[in-house]
Amino acid sequence: MALTQTPMQAEKAQTIFEKSKSGRRAATLPAAEVPEQPLTELIPDNLLRPEPPRLPEIAEPEIVRHYNRLSRRNFDLDSGFYPLGSCTMKHNPRLNERVAALPGHARLHPAQDPKRAQGALELMWLLQESLSEICGLPHVSLQPSAGSHGELAGLLLTRAYHADRGEERKKVLAPDTSHGTNPASVTMAGFEVVKVATNERGGVEMDDLRAKLAENPDDVACLMLTNPNTLGVFDENIAEIAALIHEAGGTLYYDGANLNAVMGHSRPGDMGFDIVHVNLHKSFSQPHGGGGPGAGPIAVSNRIEPFLPRPQVVRREGSNGHGPGFDLDFDRPKSIGRLRGFQGNFGVFVRSYAYILSLGGDGLTEASETAVLNANYLKARLAEGRAGERLPIAFDRHCMHEFVLSGKPMKRDLGLATLDLAKRLLDFGFHPPTVYFPLLVEEALMVEPTETEGKETLDAFADAVEAILAEAEGDPELAKNAPYTTPVRRLDEVRATRRPVVRQQLD
Amino acid sequence: MTRYTSATPDDRREMLDAIGVSSTTELFEQIPEPLRLGRPLALPDGMGEAEVYERLAGLAARNADAEEQVCFVGAGMYDHYVPAIVDAITSRSEFLTPYTPYQPEISQGGLQVMFEFQTAMSELTGLPVSSAGLYEGPSALASAGYLAMGATKRKRFVVSRGVHPHSRETLATYSVGYGAEVVEVGLEGGLTDAAALAAAVDGETAAVFLQSPNFLGAVEDVEALGAAAKEHGALLIVACDPMTLGILKSPGECGADIAVGEGQPLGNRLDFGGPSFGFFCATEEQIRRMPGRIAGETEDVDGRRGFVLALQTREQHIRREKATNNICTAQALNALGAMIHLAWLGREGFRELGELLVQRTAYARQRLGAVDGVTLLHEAPVAREFALRLDAPVGKVLDRVAERGIAAGYPLGREYPEFEDGLLVAITERRTKAQIDELAEALGAAIAAEGGAFLSDSESKAPLAGGAA
Repeated sequence: MALTQTPMQAEKAQTIFEKSKSGRRAATLPAAEVPEQPLTELIPDNLLRPEPPRLPEIAEPEIVRHYNRLSRRNFDLDSGFYPLGSCTMKHNPRLNERVAALPGHARLHPAQDPKRAQGALELMWLLQESLSEICGLPHVSLQPSAGSHGELAGLLLTRAYHADRGEERKKVLAPDTSHGTNPASVTMAGFEVVKVATNERGGVEMDDLRAKLAENPDDVACLMLTNPNTLGVFDENIAEIAALIHEAGGTLYYDGANLNAVMGHSRPGDMGFDIVHVNLHKSFSQPHGGGGPGAGPIAVSNRIEPFLPRPQVVRREGSNGHGPGFDLDFDRPKSIGRLRGFQGNFGVFVRSYAYILSLGGDGLTEASETAVLNANYLKARLAEGRAGERLPIAFDRHCMHEFVLSGKPMKRDLGLATLDLAKRLLDFGFHPPTVYFPLLVEEALMVEPTETEGKETLDAFADAVEAILAEAEGDPELAKNAPYTTPVRRLDEVRATRRPVVRQQLD
Repeated sequence: MTRYTSATPDDRREMLDAIGVSSTTELFEQIPEPLRLGRPLALPDGMGEAEVYERLAGLAARNADAEEQVCFVGAGMYDHYVPAIVDAITSRSEFLTPYTPYQPEISQGGLQVMFEFQTAMSELTGLPVSSAGLYEGPSALASAGYLAMGATKRKRFVVSRGVHPHSRETLATYSVGYGAEVVEVGLEGGLTDAAALAAAVDGETAAVFLQSPNFLGAVEDVEALGAAAKEHGALLIVACDPMTLGILKSPGECGADIAVGEGQPLGNRLDFGGPSFGFFCATEEQIRRMPGRIAGETEDVDGRRGFVLALQTREQHIRREKATNNICTAQALNALGAMIHLAWLGREGFRELGELLVQRTAYARQRLGAVDGVTLLHEAPVAREFALRLDAPVGKVLDRVAERGIAAGYPLGREYPEFEDGLLVAITERRTKAQIDELAEALGAAIAAEGGAFLSDSESKAPLAGGAA
């Protein structure tokens, strides 16, 4: 295979530093205009840099060409199906980009006096109110910068809540199916993880949960749960789980990565959760940007509210005939404090609020309904034919917005690992599903189509999986050596960890 | 059907048939009945695109942004000119809409950008290793504390009061989780009190945190201050303003183990505080403890040069509770903006810009310092920001100056009660001599109007030493 190279494969990757040539430049800076003094009279010589950093020297047309060409070496959501499980790769409306770029948003300084930033604070307050209604919890902080940051916030809130009651608890329970960020956040917040097993329906194993609670009396600070969980199924025992945790004195944390399954249908607050993080870059359409930015606001119950990060956006009733006003409240004596600078990722708030306005309560409800419909349809399509045989569903029941297949029979019968299937999908023009997660499922393949894909796309994906399995019956090597058509072929990832080269060497 | 979904009633019927259910309601039956919402969300119905635009434009119009108000506010985020090519390239779908590059064969563009960005930040900070980007500045500093604790097995942080208050507060928030103690060292003449710092650092100290230029704008002698950290085996963590690194000695050259900071000045708009990115650079020794994504160079099976996420064995999706950090966001799009801005400025332009800031800042400091009722808060060397003391209530002066279309600066009182009369003024290449002159005049007029009333003003807090009494 691959006797000839594609033009993109033939093009040798060259960094912008390697394209640099002394004397070239793009920027024209304004003149100083002021009387200039020798630099060393303004700043002592020993604090000055002997040589400027070796940034590339390159003219504007070549900068543009360099990055445009690089962009073509990326696959993106606007070009094709991206069913990456747990990532909610839904369409990114361009209206949201337009409103975020309005100077009143984009050029607003974060330290602007609240009385001259009323529109921004009102927008934040409206977003808080919307998320509060969607999550079924009365209070919201927009400050956390991402889901993992929301988790850290939630665990620090839990710590503060217990400390306020004179307790120091050390354990945090999390199912073995949980996102990797959950245990990592637990450690950062100074707690210890206690794993809880999964039952045959894909939910929390109740006996194990009871056992873990009994083994750690008065020491369980929190249970972190995703519902629907990472297997894409709703845990029917959630009310009982919540009762058990609350009875044991712990808080219940909801990883909102999968909120796109339940918007307008069921609310974490009503399920008994105390703290929820919401990934605005998942359910609320903030573009992922190739790995950020996002935002991870948290919604909390009344008992957690006093500890929320500061400052908090508040609405104050007007007086003397003035309307209500919005302010930043720093006077929060029990607050865990700041989690970051200023007020949070406001640009993300603008996009997500525009999305909420565009869809409305009815549209959000329909979005979740269609996400669940699409997932179940694709699951049904993949239960047919070769896929049904080689890639069985891990937990055979209706799913919510995503589902998990196991490539175990495929590996056993065809010698094809899940990774091989994923790489071959690249040649068919698809981004593969999430692979090897959750860890509980052997050769896992986690598929989340989202609501913004049409039936034709789902059919084409199912057909591609079928075609790959069919060709593998004849020649498994085809998939094992895939991909062939991408800008580069399989890369040596081990080397990048053993002998890391993490920057361009210059000169 | 919303405008972002495609399933027609016929599609739905066919799909439900294939699933083998009669309606989507059946699919939701796995949610126990009492937990189903059973009512519409109490949110307005969806709106058309034009209506949403008008609604948000209406909100935006109620903010005084840097387009309508001349912005001398800094405090970590600055009104720099972002070149047009940044918008053009970062708005390309191929950069805007992918996820984290988990499939490197189809993510070479994004991965190479990370590699270039790491190279640029490594050059700027003078340290060999850079992460691909963290959330933003203050939390990057807190993550450096977490690294230092792991590296030294110690739990005490010594932090200069010149470090950004948001960073200090974030470090304190995180430290409660880590179980670390935070000790602050005060300022003397605008600079970290060297004797107090040396006295505070001991064999239990995990890290010493400095910032240069510090929050009051003063350029610190990091090398000299850092000696205390070296002596006791603590890590030296330096927060810096990337825009000053064309002229100021880099953290690496000053002996820092880690350099962190807020990346907004590079290619990112103000956005009322985010999204931007945090940078995190370190010595080789720390590479396996670094937080966040790192891109690395490698080869494909045919020997082509390529890029992948390197050292993933540090990360949460592999290591779970043993990960070096929980962060998985690289702020990749924001880091791309920074890389383009840096390439646009180039080696010479970046240095020239740094020098331009120093020259205009020196002028502004001299000009504003000469205004009646204004004194310099400190006389230490500055690069692009400086602190003043006003002989009138700062809030009221700011309101008066705002009426003339100028945001004069950042009031220091909330975070530095000892400088309740303090104002921090920031300069970018967008702030012209004419604007500086206008600020001087507006500040003088405002202080004159407020000054006499200072001590008798019932709304002002306790009288200040050196006030109008």
